Amino acid sequence: MNPQRIAAIALREYYLVRGSIARLFPLCVWAGIDIVVWGFLTKYLSTVVTGSFSVVSVLLGSILLWNFLIRIMQGVTTTFFEDVWSRNFLNVFSSPISIAEYVSGLVLSSVLMGTISIAVMLLLAVFVFSLSLLPYGLLLIPFLCILFLFGIALGIVGTGIVLRLGPSAEWFIWPIPALLSPFVGVLYPLSVLPRWMQVIGHLLPPSYVFEGMRAVIAGSAVSMQSLVIGGSLSVVSLILACLFFTRVFRFAVRTGLIARYSAESIN
Amino acid sequence: MFFLFFFLARSKQDTYTERIVNISPSPKRPSSVVLSVTNLRKDYGSLLAVSDVSFDVHRGEIVGLLGPNGAGKTTTVNMILGVLAPSMGTIRVEGYDVARCHRQAMELSNFAAVYAPLPGNLTVEQNLRIFGMLYGITNLQKRIEEVIAEFDLEEYREKKSGVLSSGEQTRLCLAKAMLNRPQLLLLDEPTASLDPSVARDIRTKIRNYAEAQTCGVLWTSHNMHEVSQVCDRVLFLSRGNVLLEGDPKTLHVKHGKSSLEELFITVAKEPLTLDLS
Repeated sequence: MNPQRIAAIALREYYLVRGSIARLFPLCVWAGIDIVVWGFLTKYLSTVVTGSFSVVSVLLGSILLWNFLIRIMQGVTTTFFEDVWSRNFLNVFSSPISIAEYVSGLVLSSVLMGTISIAVMLLLAVFVFSLSLLPYGLLLIPFLCILFLFGIALGIVGTGIVLRLGPSAEWFIWPIPALLSPFVGVLYPLSVLPRWMQVIGHLLPPSYVFEGMRAVIAGSAVSMQSLVIGGSLSVVSLILACLFFTRVFRFAVRTGLIARYSAESIN
Repeated sequence: MFFLFFFLARSKQDTYTERIVNISPSPKRPSSVVLSVTNLRKDYGSLLAVSDVSFDVHRGEIVGLLGPNGAGKTTTVNMILGVLAPSMGTIRVEGYDVARCHRQAMELSNFAAVYAPLPGNLTVEQNLRIFGMLYGITNLQKRIEEVIAEFDLEEYREKKSGVLSSGEQTRLCLAKAMLNRPQLLLLDEPTASLDPSVARDIRTKIRNYAEAQTCGVLWTSHNMHEVSQVCDRVLFLSRGNVLLEGDPKTLHVKHGKSSLEELFITVAKEPLTLDLS
């Protein structure tokens, strides 16, 4: 693994963000709007909900964590899409870069871009809507780790799908988080879901984070076992995602997909 | 994360890893052969794109790869670049098997093609920096200054590549192709969009570069005048096979044609009428 080659992929993304104000929108503005909308909603709900239920901590905290996962995933896919949009595969993959270095570059870009988004959201949530992260304590670390690994896994799967199906498959990728959100219980406990949805939810690592988060806010103990299961599922997802991408890449090299990757839609 | 991918990538490949099993490494003493293509074949099911192609490119030599559209030129170039896996055969760059030692082989190669412009949303200098890093070039800033000066790109340094004229973009692609001082340079119609004056200038630069750096060049073109001027040797591909090979200045005479262009047209339209003895 050559760090210079990994850094090149991330540097390209930095140049693009620096050179185009439009690219700052998804990073800062859309992320901020999410928090503003949910922030005001939680503010309103906190005036009508009585009892010990902490609306701000539960709802805004959930939105913040869910957005973290989305930004990490989009960080990977967007960096990959830059090569799709600029038809740059031939130049990149005929260089000495390996798949491992390329994907690591996507991850590094995602971390850098995700950090900007999260910083914006966190600042708004904490200073405008009085979200306190103190109740989470050190549990925030495993929560974020699980979401980070699963976000990367989703991003890698997304890039694999686009590499295999062609540029127009990009439209399959953007809604992936929205498709998963009903199953992982971002805003509600899994117990309210029908049985079959609960089964799917339990296979998805973020559900353990959101269940754990609600337990923390309610003052209950968080099951370490469930965190371990969530973490293990994240690692397994990541391994499967890497295997999937590697397999797709090999297919693309065998069939010449990379060399002629420019068509709007490929089978 | 990085380690995970490292291990997966290592276990992956027939095509891309550096895991070397019974591979002869780079030759200990310099060979005159930069590129060696042996029994190369590529089929897509029943469609045969390249059939049993073999040739070498030597140091300081410019070899023209000619042929009508669909003859297999770009397929051959893509296999040499490692972005397309051959169905059969081997490709070695400076002794490194492209299929098994992709990184080493590509560190010694580079390419420019009209159909592969650099990202238009990056400036000239940014593009050169990114690709310089991908090729692992040391003293990168110095090298960027050299190629910018060499390809007359100074006034476009801060301009986005997408707004450059096609001729300027071609010069940028060539500058990128020269960044790592490749031992093997693959050029797919490098002067297709250049005016005659710039094209001549580029031909001279590449000719000088090949001689000075003792680099081998594989050059595809449909411009027979250019080919006869710049190439030491040409290979005529037809239907995935090397049909003819020889000196571009005399090859047409050998086959009873008045010019290389006439020979090209015959190869393209009626290859069976050629006297191949």
